[in-house]
Amino acid sequence: MEKAEKVTMGAVITTPGSALDYKTGSWRTLKPVLTEEKCKFCNICWQFCPDSAIEPADAKAKKPIKIDYDYCKGCGICVHECPFDALKMVTEEK
Amino acid sequence: MASDELLSSGHRGCAGCGEAMAVRMVLQAAGPNTIVTNATGCLEVMTTAYPETAWKIPWIHTAFENAAAVASGVDVALKKLGKREGVNILAFGGDGGTYDIGFQAISGMLERGNNVTYVVFDNEAYMNTGIQRCSSTPFAASTTTSPAGTVSTGKTEKKKPIAAIVAAHDIPYTATATIAKYKDLKRKVKKAVDTEGPSFIQVFSPCPTGWRYPSELTVELSRMAIETGIFVLWELESPDMNDMKVNYRPKERKPVEEYLKMQGRFKHLFKPEKRTDILNKIQKDVDEKWKWLEGLNEMAR
Amino acid sequence: MGVKQVVKGNFATAVAAKLARVDVVPAYPITPSTLFPEQISTYIANGEMDAELLLTESEHSAMSAAIGASASGARVVTATASQGLKLMSEMLFIASGMRLPIVTAVGNRALSAPINIWCDHQDTIAERDSGCLQFYAENNQDALDLMVIAFRVSENHRVLLPSLVGLDAFVLTHTMEGVDVPLQEEVDSFLPPYKPVYRLDVKNPMTFGSFSTPAHYTEFKYQQWNAMKNAEKVIDEVFSEFYNKFGRKHKKVNEYRTDDADIIFLTMGSMSGTARASIDALREKGIKAGAAKLTVFRPFPFDEVKKLSGKTKILAVLDRNISFGFGGAVFSEVAGALVNEKEKPILIDFILGLGGRDVTQEDFYKMADLSETAIEKGGPDDMVNWINLNDAEVQ
Repeated sequence: MEKAEKVTMGAVITTPGSALDYKTGSWRTLKPVLTEEKCKFCNICWQFCPDSAIEPADAKAKKPIKIDYDYCKGCGICVHECPFDALKMVTEEK
Repeated sequence: MASDELLSSGHRGCAGCGEAMAVRMVLQAAGPNTIVTNATGCLEVMTTAYPETAWKIPWIHTAFENAAAVASGVDVALKKLGKREGVNILAFGGDGGTYDIGFQAISGMLERGNNVTYVVFDNEAYMNTGIQRCSSTPFAASTTTSPAGTVSTGKTEKKKPIAAIVAAHDIPYTATATIAKYKDLKRKVKKAVDTEGPSFIQVFSPCPTGWRYPSELTVELSRMAIETGIFVLWELESPDMNDMKVNYRPKERKPVEEYLKMQGRFKHLFKPEKRTDILNKIQKDVDEKWKWLEGLNEMAR
Repeated sequence: MGVKQVVKGNFATAVAAKLARVDVVPAYPITPSTLFPEQISTYIANGEMDAELLLTESEHSAMSAAIGASASGARVVTATASQGLKLMSEMLFIASGMRLPIVTAVGNRALSAPINIWCDHQDTIAERDSGCLQFYAENNQDALDLMVIAFRVSENHRVLLPSLVGLDAFVLTHTMEGVDVPLQEEVDSFLPPYKPVYRLDVKNPMTFGSFSTPAHYTEFKYQQWNAMKNAEKVIDEVFSEFYNKFGRKHKKVNEYRTDDADIIFLTMGSMSGTARASIDALREKGIKAGAAKLTVFRPFPFDEVKKLSGKTKILAVLDRNISFGFGGAVFSEVAGALVNEKEKPILIDFILGLGGRDVTQEDFYKMADLSETAIEKGGPDDMVNWINLNDAEVQ
């Protein structure tokens, strides 16, 4: 339930990125799962994610990508584009 | 989400949205010192449902047909107020806001020479209103206002050559790009924003909802479009098309059929019977275009 | 005090824009307002004005650019008329909804079809729902003054709505009149620089023009409603300050010989001058007539109109516009304002002066006649009366 808040003047939204309040992860039926050892830190999945829902890998720190399931819509692009087969789609468990 | 993302998560774009993907790339190239004027359309609606906004840069939407005009106003206002330096002004439009209803405003802006980079996210129809035909819709595509039926095979007109028309305005920089080749896209955006005066980039952005394909194929389709030669990556710094620099020439162009059969909007070309007549026409058009492209100045290779 | 000059109305609005130190002027030519961008161009070309003139390819783009510029924090002015204002119409509503204090000078001109370049009020009247303030000039001094006043009122943080300043096509736009042109210092001390509440700024990113569902839209509209209500007070304050600074008293409703009037004619625009001359002539004939001029139409001056109504037997509203299927717009609003008054005069609507047909003293004698008959009969035969109509030309 939305808490009543005063509307801004002229419908200006003064807080950049307030869309983060909306967790679009609830949309998906399938989700991408990473096999960490296979991640080669290329960041192609990060580049292609339409929802900015992948935290980029850090090649220097050997830190793999991380999927933000709060926002991932399960489009499957990351899985399809990963050159190293490091991701696969699985059914969402509810 | 990385902290320097300029388009946040939480927007309401369809899963697999090519436009959202393209916008991220454009903003990564343009950087945070960027103001965007945006036409009405999918992008505007999906990113700014009050009080949610996915934009982390200053952004303004007013109406459908005027992103270029609003951008012109921002350009001269910032100049007058001494705040123009180091700020990129981008005007974003979809097909409608660019090819049709917004065309006049773009032409005006280009002629006036405002220091604005116009980016069209081209998904070949009016998507936000539910997939109606636009002058950007390709020949034979099925849309809700150019549907394939028992006596119709989709749109009868060809796709309007928007980038060529823009280039004919003799602006400093015109380019085409697509999401599959994001390094090329980002290079072009950087070049455009660094160019004084008007510039224009047509970004080919597949749409899973409008083109009817499984959402994971958005990048694949963009790739196919350039591998078949249906979409050409080029850039131009003069009004003479012969000066065009083609950025990608497939070694062997894939048959257009391979691209078309991936999409529901062309399925009537394959079922109930294969429409070889139409497929051949589409292939012929692409072949002729490439014959001309092959004949361009050797330097462009 | 200012410098006395003999100038056309278009010049008066242009010099007002210059004195107001506007930052950006997006403009498109249209008769009768074309001289406005021409004059601005001349000022800039001679180094007399430091503004960005943006010559757009249409009026719709002019107002669109105005919105972009205003949202960037600039003081913006433009000028148009008739078909140009109609083409801008979509953007006027949007400028108001986005709370941007853009001022537009409108050379009040008839609307097509048929196409007609001469004076009536249909163009601005047709935008009365747009959420813009509306001022009407009787003469070129009004035109200049009201432009300067409009910036003050529009930019007030209790208002933040666009303004339309109407001046009659040709009768004012192209006619030379003696005008007191204020000095720059005087205007500077009256009109401080524009201070926006929100603006497009890379250091403080905000989203302008978001989309609103039924959950919030009404509240946004109510805020505009309140802003317009606040304008009622702000206009009084600004009029008062203007008088103190420049010695010219502007009122929402100017009355002339109304105290003991049986008939009061309500006018807007240049015909108000003819009204006063006619009142004097009628008075000579023994008819107790008075005149009232509406300078502010939006926000509608309820209190002043109610006060007027208490003074007279009949309120004759002159409409230089027509809403087909009802009648004149000013009449309909006056009637609406008075509908719940315990005591109200007879109301009668006169349609005249359309498409540049002159409003003459003869018209006033005719209207006085009809008004007197209405008083005798306790009401008008017809609510809406077309004056100076050539019956022979009508099929």
